Amino acid sequence: MNIWVFSQEASGAPTTATLELLTKARTLAASVGGNVTAFVGGDASAIAGSLGEHGAAKVYATGDLGGKLPGAAVSAAMKAVIDGGDTPDLIMFPQTTEGRDIMSRLSVKLDRTVLTNNVDITVDGGAVSVTTPIFGGNVLVSTAFSGAGPFLAAFRPKSFVAESAGGAAAAITAAPVPELGATGAAQVTAVHVEATSGPKLDEAAIVVSGGRGLGEAAKYEMVEALAKLLNGAPGASRAIVDAGWVPYSYQVGQTGKVVKPGVYIACGISGATQHMVGMKGSKNIIAINKDKEAPIFGIADLGIVGDVHKVLPKLIEALQSRG
Amino acid sequence: MANMNVIVCVKQIPDPATPGALGSDNTLKRDGKLILDESDSYGVEMALQLVDAAGGGEVSLVSMAPNGEVSGMRTALAMGAAKGTLVSDPALQGSDALTTAKVLGAAIQKMGGADLIIAATESSDGYTGTVPEQLAEVLGLPSVTFAKKVTIAGGTLEAHRQTEDGYDEVTCALPAVISVTAGVVEPRYPSFKGIMAAKGKPIDTVTAADLGVISVGWAGAGQSIVSVTQAEARAAGEIIEDDGEGFAKIVAYLENLKVI
Repeated sequence: MNIWVFSQEASGAPTTATLELLTKARTLAASVGGNVTAFVGGDASAIAGSLGEHGAAKVYATGDLGGKLPGAAVSAAMKAVIDGGDTPDLIMFPQTTEGRDIMSRLSVKLDRTVLTNNVDITVDGGAVSVTTPIFGGNVLVSTAFSGAGPFLAAFRPKSFVAESAGGAAAAITAAPVPELGATGAAQVTAVHVEATSGPKLDEAAIVVSGGRGLGEAAKYEMVEALAKLLNGAPGASRAIVDAGWVPYSYQVGQTGKVVKPGVYIACGISGATQHMVGMKGSKNIIAINKDKEAPIFGIADLGIVGDVHKVLPKLIEALQSRG
Repeated sequence: MANMNVIVCVKQIPDPATPGALGSDNTLKRDGKLILDESDSYGVEMALQLVDAAGGGEVSLVSMAPNGEVSGMRTALAMGAAKGTLVSDPALQGSDALTTAKVLGAAIQKMGGADLIIAATESSDGYTGTVPEQLAEVLGLPSVTFAKKVTIAGGTLEAHRQTEDGYDEVTCALPAVISVTAGVVEPRYPSFKGIMAAKGKPIDTVTAADLGVISVGWAGAGQSIVSVTQAEARAAGEIIEDDGEGFAKIVAYLENLKVI
């Protein structure tokens, strides 16, 4: 079974989600025979070593996309390689904006279905099945691909554990973007990165998140203060991101970041499905909410039924006094 | 641009406030009353604002449902959309995202296309999140996904596109497909006048076969559900009412974990 992994880079290294998928692909390929290829939308020279260590024998790289959005560009480059005779059985994508856009375009080009939001994959003979959590992660659906490959599947970050196998650097093969015509008209003209301080939300050992129960945007300061005291990262529910209290980069959940910290403290978050699928993998969950029926208490290890406006100031003060 | 015609893809979904359930075929039950997906109300609002800013044109809706349900579309018509096309066909039951994109694409072509096609980034019930970009590919159009701010000047779209750690400024020639994030605009509440007017606005109902899309529903889906199981539940935790000393419980819990 030949597997491609759409591989993304950030600050000169493969993203953790990429390394997780390469590790899983390596295990699958080893169990049924086959090889793993990384596919990079951009230049791969800086990351070929790490991609190889995690299981990629080969890497296709489009070269600089020149500001074109990856959806149309990278999918066209993938299609060109496939048309050239190298057809994978399975293409794994990280569940990111880029991953989703590329797999969507490719699915139309290849006339193949896509399965997104997966957390696991099994290969049994020729049958490939993926697992997707629904209803807030309380129910797991296993879905098998039917018909001919390539099978296209996207996986949520942190579904697998990244492990180096110490392989040699992946050999780079150019996979240039063909002429895109009208579909290539979207062009990036400027990039803005929102400044954050402290540990990254999806890597922090402690995450403190706030929700609508805070009542107003200004009260989010309490969440930031608590996160800082614990050397953690502040997060947010979709409700307060939609309301414009904090930027999208703070969002934990289905459409935001998946976090699995050692401690997750949910402040004024009721626990919508949307949110819970992004944090229920946390090792320890503490919830503060005034509604004792809130779904968040169903997964909390420690639940405080109370007003965040009363509990948080006291908690912050107690931690400050410890110095 | 004197005239700006926008088509908004809208989905009618089971009320998210009621617990979801699976039918005997393991797809989400959609046989009860369906409402306009809240995620789509942002696209409808943005379309209305863009047409306003252009000084002319109209907003049309396209939707797909396994039954003839139109109540969600009526909500969008009440907000100010002019007309709609509903692809209603029992054969669509079990369709995958790719088939949905093909059906919507064929319906949009039958409607005569548009300068701009807007969809939500993902629905609130199935959340596959691939239909907008698949639709763009079906129609052979460029696309800007995750748009959180959109303006149009001289036939060119300018958008702020949300990224994992900030946003990109993106330009794109029209016609194009965009997907918009929630919170991008404040959706208006339909006025009483709007609700009354919506009752008389035309909804063209067609079948997948009318559109020439074959192999829909389970037959066209390149996937089949193998099993549905309960996830391992977390052990019940300690839930206490705050008596003013709740914070101390948290401090003790954190101390026990040795994180403070």
